[in-house]
Amino acid sequence: MSTDFTQDHFALFNLPRRFAIDTALLDSAWRTAAAEVHPDRYVSGQDAEKRVALMRATRVNEAYQTLKSPVARARYLLQLAGVDTAEETNTSMPAAFLMAQMEWREAIADARAAANVDQLEALSRQLRGDVKGLEAELGSTLDEQADHAAAALAVRKLRFLEKLDQEIGDAIEALLY
Amino acid sequence: MALLQIAEPGLSAAPHQHRLAVGIDLGTTNSLVATVKSGSATVLPDAHGRSLLPSVVRYTEQGEVVVGYAAQAEQSRDPNNTIVSVKRFMGRGLADIQDVGRSPYRFMDAPGMVQLLTRAGAKSPVEVSADILRTLRSRAEDSLGGELVGAVITVPAYFDDAQRQATKDAARLAGLNVLRLLNEPTAAAIAYGLDNGAEGTYVVYDLGGGTFDVSVLALSRGVFEVLSTSGDSSLGGDDFDHRIYCWVLEQADLHGLNAHDTRLLLTCAREAKEALTEHAETRITALLSDGLTVDLLLTQAIFHDISKTLIDKTLLPVRKALRDAKIGAEDVKGVVMVGGATRMPHVQKAVGQYFGQTPLTNLDPDKVVALGAAIQANVLAGNKGEDEWLLLDVIPLSLGIETMGGLTEKIIPRNSTIPVARAQEFTTFKDGQTAMSVHILQGERELVSDCRSLAKFVLRGIPPMVAGAARIRVTYQVDADGLLSVTAREQTSGVEASIEVKPSYGLSDDEISRMLTDSLAHVQDDIAARKLREAIVDAEGLIAATTAALAADGDLLDSDERAQLDVAIAGLHSAIATQTTREVNAATQRLSQATEEFAARRMDRNIQQALKGKHIGNL
Repeated sequence: MSTDFTQDHFALFNLPRRFAIDTALLDSAWRTAAAEVHPDRYVSGQDAEKRVALMRATRVNEAYQTLKSPVARARYLLQLAGVDTAEETNTSMPAAFLMAQMEWREAIADARAAANVDQLEALSRQLRGDVKGLEAELGSTLDEQADHAAAALAVRKLRFLEKLDQEIGDAIEALLY
Repeated sequence: MALLQIAEPGLSAAPHQHRLAVGIDLGTTNSLVATVKSGSATVLPDAHGRSLLPSVVRYTEQGEVVVGYAAQAEQSRDPNNTIVSVKRFMGRGLADIQDVGRSPYRFMDAPGMVQLLTRAGAKSPVEVSADILRTLRSRAEDSLGGELVGAVITVPAYFDDAQRQATKDAARLAGLNVLRLLNEPTAAAIAYGLDNGAEGTYVVYDLGGGTFDVSVLALSRGVFEVLSTSGDSSLGGDDFDHRIYCWVLEQADLHGLNAHDTRLLLTCAREAKEALTEHAETRITALLSDGLTVDLLLTQAIFHDISKTLIDKTLLPVRKALRDAKIGAEDVKGVVMVGGATRMPHVQKAVGQYFGQTPLTNLDPDKVVALGAAIQANVLAGNKGEDEWLLLDVIPLSLGIETMGGLTEKIIPRNSTIPVARAQEFTTFKDGQTAMSVHILQGERELVSDCRSLAKFVLRGIPPMVAGAARIRVTYQVDADGLLSVTAREQTSGVEASIEVKPSYGLSDDEISRMLTDSLAHVQDDIAARKLREAIVDAEGLIAATTAALAADGDLLDSDERAQLDVAIAGLHSAIATQTTREVNAATQRLSQATEEFAARRMDRNIQQALKGKHIGNL
């Protein structure tokens, strides 16, 4: 019958609850749902409709943002499975990963000190490669092995890489502006 | 389809009657009003056939308010009382205004927003803008022969919350019903995209009189999705005039000019800039008040040289917007040029070089924003055409909250699709703490002092607990106009405080209704009669809409729920019979609240049906 707005984000868009999703399908479901509830459709409507439309449109956008980003999607899947990714509290990481982090930080600091924007952009591209690798790992740990602990670790690693990318972005902006 | 029926406004009136709605481009230099007539968007000219209304307001000795060309003609003679480029001061405090000495005005610092001292008294930029909007409103009503249902007002995409709120206040003060605040580049994209059937990623480069915006949009059939936006809300054509003005001062060795001469030379500078669009060189001549004559030759080469840094300044936000959209210049299918300042050949050349393609200039850069706003106003007013389309816009600047140590924590990142809401939990840091201060900020920087302060409020009445035990959930909600409201709630006790973010930079609702009442030429009785009439029209509209909705989707309610709605409808009928405004409004309010759950279920059903295959326009 009617869409239950307490349902999860996947069900909202009629998508299977898994990490690997058809992004074209997600985009089109989002646009279809957004078209139905966008406040623009209710500008001349009754007040009750306007209030509901604002809530629904906000919810539809939130669901889309969560499912669109691989790391947010993985975090959300784990949350649905009752697993806390503990990104703020669990900081224990494999030594090799921490070493790599230090190397990244040094490379970024060097490029920033040299005011080398091209180098920073190259680092950002390289980082994206690492991100892609971890995302592929999430696909297999979540969808195939249902290994929640491994997936949670990958999410925590991705969170580190996100911060690195943010750092590169900030450095580029600081140099450009 | 059922949804279209409930969205169709004014079911009580003739549903197919064309509703008068306009789009207004409230520009720094010029403003325009446009509407959709027999299916096509057109700018409404004044009685002399002129499309543009210079955004200039003069308060005369006789106590009149003169707006437009007539005011512009007097700006050198009466600089203190003739306000130009007021948009630069919208939502700004005295401290925000760069180079106060550059303007001939007498500024007065006021809580929230700067005011300008004129012979008509201290004027807030909101009031001056309202005078411009009032002129456009009369132009539209005279030309269309009826009262407007509403207006879409455009704002620079890079306007922050304070500037947007100020714009909306100005429109309300001018007696306009604001259907939506629309970002200028998005409006341009609508006008351009619908005309050209554009598909793919487009960049809108909008260099206006006083603001610069750049937006990256993904256009696909029926959807205008803004991917990112950036800009500089104090950079525009005015700055090019100012560069020429400074060059004149330097060449003619002038110092300490009075307000009259400053205004005169700025006008000469603007004329020289415009002349250089067509000609290789131009003469600047002026007779100053002390009898001195200025006579200089300005070439394109010199002009390009003295203004090059301004163009470079626009390319930084362009780069930032592309980065945020995660695309490169080579992915851009077309670059649409908007704003009078993009007529300058060296601007077009620099943009062309950056993107490796000739920018699109086939639409009049002065009119395209107003035309796009008119198209959107027409749809929002309920005059639906054949084409259904959807506009997905973003917020330009991150919204954050002050945390310990004067740092800003981002709650909603920039370029989030609106409407959007985010919640974050905070806790107390002292034992027995009963209040928490919430400081709302906008901007990208880490330090609170580097961001714009939008509002502060205090959540009081938190039950005393040990430090870290309270759970205070702060929710930021941005609506489809890009305006923010914030709620803070202590989760264990339910203590709540909320704020619509405008106290530091806008007028309160009370102030606006007072000004509106003051400005209405009606006698009290007229106002009372009008209020009752409006209340009854609203009430009848709500009854008709609810009855129609019940007929279509009554199966969504059980018999108890249905009975409750019927009671509320009957209550509203008897309230109307009393012919008392207060009773009608109260009963309308009750019915409106009673229908909320029903409206929600109807919307959910529509989503479900749409996802089952009736994809609108196969988005």
